[in-house]
Amino acid sequence: MSTTEARYMKLSGLEPLVITPESNFVNVGERTNVAGSRRFLRLIKEDKYEEALSIAREQVEGGAQIIDINMDDGLIDGKEAMVKFLNLVVSEPDIARVPIMIDSSKWEIIEAGLQVVQGKCVVNSISLKEGEETFVNQAKAIKRYGAAVIVMAFDEIGQADNYDRRIEIAKRSYDILVNRVHFPPEDIIFDLNIFPVATGMEEHRRNAVDFIEATRWVRQNLPYCSVSGGVSNVSFSFRGNNVVREAMHSVFLYHAIKAGMNIGIVNPTMLEVYDDIPKDLLAHVEDVVLDRRPDATERLLDFAETVKGTAKEKVVDLSWREDSLQERITRALVKGIDQYILEDIEEARKSVSKPIEVIEGHLMTGMNVVGDLFGSGKMFLPQVVKSARVMKKAVAYLLPFIEEHKKKMPQSDQGNGTAGKVLIATVKGDVHDIGKNIVSVVLACNNYEIIDLGVMVPPEKIIETAIKEQVDIIGLSGLITPSLDEMVFLAKEMERKNLKIPLLIGGATTSKAHTAVKIDPEYKNAVVHVNDASRAVTVVGDLLNKANSQKYSSDLKQEYDKFRDGFLKRTKKKEYLSIEEARANKFTIDWSKAEIHKPTTLGIQVIEEQNLEDLLAYIDWTPFFRSWDLHGKYPEILHDSVVGEQASELFRDAQILLKRVIQEKLLTAKAVYGLFEANTINDDDIEVRYEGDQTVFRTLRQQLKKYQGKPNIALADFIAPKEKKIKDYIGCFCVTAGFGTKALANQFEAANDDYNAIMIKALADRLAEAFAEFLHQKVRTKDWGYASKETLTNEQLIKEEYKGIRPAPGYPACPDHLEKVTLWDLLQVEDNIGVTLTESLAMWPAASVSGYYFANPEARYFGLGKIKEDQVKDFAKRKGITYEYASKWLRPNIADH
Amino acid sequence: MKKDDLQHILKHRILILDGAMGTMLQQYNFTEDDFRGERFKDWPVPLQGNNDLLSLTQPKAIKEIHRKYLEAGADIIETNTFSGTTIAMADYQMEDLVYELNYQSAKIAKEVADEFTANEPKKPRFVAGSIGPTNKTASMSPDVNDPGYRAISFEALKVAYKQQVEALLDGGVDILLVETVFDTLNAKAALFAIEEVKEERNVAVPVMVSGTITDASGRTLSGQTAEAFLISISHVPLLSVGLNCALGASQLTPYLHVLARKSNFAISAHPNAGLPNAFGEYDQTPDQMTSQIKEYLDKKLINIVGGCCGTTPEHIRAIADMVKDYKPRTTSKEVII
Repeated sequence: MSTTEARYMKLSGLEPLVITPESNFVNVGERTNVAGSRRFLRLIKEDKYEEALSIAREQVEGGAQIIDINMDDGLIDGKEAMVKFLNLVVSEPDIARVPIMIDSSKWEIIEAGLQVVQGKCVVNSISLKEGEETFVNQAKAIKRYGAAVIVMAFDEIGQADNYDRRIEIAKRSYDILVNRVHFPPEDIIFDLNIFPVATGMEEHRRNAVDFIEATRWVRQNLPYCSVSGGVSNVSFSFRGNNVVREAMHSVFLYHAIKAGMNIGIVNPTMLEVYDDIPKDLLAHVEDVVLDRRPDATERLLDFAETVKGTAKEKVVDLSWREDSLQERITRALVKGIDQYILEDIEEARKSVSKPIEVIEGHLMTGMNVVGDLFGSGKMFLPQVVKSARVMKKAVAYLLPFIEEHKKKMPQSDQGNGTAGKVLIATVKGDVHDIGKNIVSVVLACNNYEIIDLGVMVPPEKIIETAIKEQVDIIGLSGLITPSLDEMVFLAKEMERKNLKIPLLIGGATTSKAHTAVKIDPEYKNAVVHVNDASRAVTVVGDLLNKANSQKYSSDLKQEYDKFRDGFLKRTKKKEYLSIEEARANKFTIDWSKAEIHKPTTLGIQVIEEQNLEDLLAYIDWTPFFRSWDLHGKYPEILHDSVVGEQASELFRDAQILLKRVIQEKLLTAKAVYGLFEANTINDDDIEVRYEGDQTVFRTLRQQLKKYQGKPNIALADFIAPKEKKIKDYIGCFCVTAGFGTKALANQFEAANDDYNAIMIKALADRLAEAFAEFLHQKVRTKDWGYASKETLTNEQLIKEEYKGIRPAPGYPACPDHLEKVTLWDLLQVEDNIGVTLTESLAMWPAASVSGYYFANPEARYFGLGKIKEDQVKDFAKRKGITYEYASKWLRPNIADH
Repeated sequence: MKKDDLQHILKHRILILDGAMGTMLQQYNFTEDDFRGERFKDWPVPLQGNNDLLSLTQPKAIKEIHRKYLEAGADIIETNTFSGTTIAMADYQMEDLVYELNYQSAKIAKEVADEFTANEPKKPRFVAGSIGPTNKTASMSPDVNDPGYRAISFEALKVAYKQQVEALLDGGVDILLVETVFDTLNAKAALFAIEEVKEERNVAVPVMVSGTITDASGRTLSGQTAEAFLISISHVPLLSVGLNCALGASQLTPYLHVLARKSNFAISAHPNAGLPNAFGEYDQTPDQMTSQIKEYLDKKLINIVGGCCGTTPEHIRAIADMVKDYKPRTTSKEVII
């Protein structure tokens, strides 16, 4: 009798799948994944399940030994789709013979899937991301349902991205599963995160090697388990060059399988036979995958160009170049390829009687496709901006012909092909324009004529231009809080001038609530809050649609009316303390025991030119993607099932520009900072002493009534009060990375390259924030020195795990911008580094950050919330300004009732 | 709980499971009135054919059948609860009686079994709570034109099974037997319910699972091969896995081979008395059946053997007599329950 002693992973559909050490690499079919297959997504969305089944069938017939099914898409009910599709799959014996991998990031979808499949499935996936408790509970349930499980190398801190983290998380997950949950070890599959190599980022160089080595460790040290992964990730940076990608996949698999990877998602059509890879290509690819030399990426990039020329153009490019003219133009626009656009436009121009027809016909047809794809979430912002780049290039080429035509035939109708005129501007006093520029580009893509008045535009100019140009829509943008008031003012002025033009409101500090409560009542016509570019297109479309615009506008008015009512009713319920009561409930620190560290270097210091390379490691990339409407956390976003591809491309483009910026020193970063003796006086003020002079910062105190035991905080609470007779300290800083941005952006714009014009601004912002982070760390560890032994990773820095805080005027803890003036005086910011304040107290250049340093370990970030008039009066008195002036600046924070 | 005993005994001899309950009940020729008894005389729907109900209305007959099987040499008798779920009882509008039916059936079987154990302590007798597949399938559509439709959900099955399991345990069963599995998903729901009850009550009760191969291609009704079936239910620690019903003993042999080779659990078989004849009757004699079961024994395929449809105490007696001289299949490791 031979019974099976060894522990192999056994799965089942209608038939068994047993994975033994002798088994060949198990290939998971991945086309039945809404994130991985556009066709599958479309079929599911259109409820064409029969056709969707045929994709599953093709996979099984094509040799997939397991099929991965994923229904994670924002636009479909994932649970319902999963159950419906699985019920159909299990009714098809030729599909259901193989085991199913139930793939979702949502537990409820996974569980619903497990409840409809009789065979032993694989769950894809669980991890320690949300902590041990969730992990254990999910693992227990999976065990009870009788499924194997993919465990992602992901924990509470984040995704494992190096060798040590991979094995640390794998080991911890394994121990919990095997020892605590008693999960059969043979039913555990580790996904150790395959990340791209050759991205141009130093820290990505070991991505493949670390995966391979971690795989080897896991297979040797964690008995019976398997290792899996999505192979195509590794070659992400070579999208578009299939010759290189296929070779990279083969090389990666060759080494990963040798190390013990035994399951994977591989597209068989994207795989070259290892032995068939040309020797020179193989050497270059292995250099990169195995990180064999520091210049491997550059060498492969160079080499790839030659391979691309021979193989890719023949195979890929020629096929679309043979399509009809319109299809070629559409494709160039959709894909953002500007290589051939001029020759295609020239061909188009020759085919029409008036050159304008190329814009109105060929180009608009293509841009409509772009608009539709973007509107339905199938294209992402960076792609659309690239499309616009192609469009602009084409239009620029056509313009001389159009002018010439006009001269020749002055009477002829030149047509006005645009869908409407949109005036767009960043309001007076504000310098932030990334969001505004994106909306401009996207609207332009949708055939609107854009009049972009730029930044810091006075209201008179906006209104005058609107009337003169007979625009159809006015769009206002702003980032800092005083801009909110500017927008209200503009709405009032528009009403006074009796304008009928709909008003769009956008920008980071704007909100539907503010728009509804403060702006909408001032203007009889439509006012809409739009905070992302894709919505802007539909809103503008609805507003200008002749048939419905009347109704749409009145609906909008009603909607905002209702919203305003609801909002005001809700806010009335809040209770506030008087400023005296709030002070009585201040945040208390036991100063008798407080450790106060005297700064090593007191006084003001200036950094004339910061080496940008030192800042790279401090960049928080997540907001960068957000500024492009790609939502998700970095680095996970690079592998996101929906936006991952776009995010990676954007990221790569960013790296290219960033590299240029550093090499050619295109941006200049400067800083001024100082550490001073300071004490709190009169509860809410901080007295700073420097060179015999005294400067006083006025802080604001929370007034919202708190739960029992919760204090009403002001920043002053974090500094020792003068009456305690203890010397305490405070720091202030201003950093900028913005010098040079404008010139660069102008250069790009002149070259019709909005994509890079926006990119450089977004990058400058990131560098400024990184500089703030970098400088804060330097201050903590050296200049102030209270955390000299600190060792924090960039992730920990982003999570603000450091000791002490650096709140910035204009932000939640101290929303009052007026203190920037005090700060500018104290640090002599303008003289020292040239950063100025606008009339709305925005910093110029825009890519600048200023703030305070508090070192007390108890200091923490908080939001001021709303304050009451009594505090505004008190604040005005303390500061020696009028109540009206104080109210103007504090308005966004003053409670209405 | 006698799990230690069971594990121990299974190592040393082949255990005998009883034969058919339904076949034996047919001999009583109970009428509609007999099924109803005094208690259900005004029940709104016909009750004839609701064999599980006889545990309440004709408990003496049930007891007598159990006794006959025990006399014939059965080590394990099955409770009269094959249809004891709210799902299967819905046809008789007796969902509310499910607890009582299972509890009483378990109690009756346990009383008789304990009697025999007391008389012959060396041969302890066990009661297995019979858990049938219900009359609905969770992974197949009853409507050929709508393959995505399901008449019952996993969750509904789990809830129903849980109720049955709790009542059986309260009534004193020693083993739970999930049998005649024609849709593995139904069985997984039953096993899920059992695991929940085990956890909630902190008890260790041995579980037997027995699938049904419905056709000569060697697959379950829901399409799985014997090995796929085995893999699909092996996540639960089982006392035994096996096959029953649908086929005669010799037709089961190749699939028992598969289970015996691929599983570390004990192996059970309780085949029908051959295939039904043109009148739907089973006419395989005890001798004929034992000659086929002999192959199991010669090949050392099994640890537990009994009978399903068409088998009687005579069949079981014949099997028990033959089995005495054979060693059980050896498993490579003990299963932790």
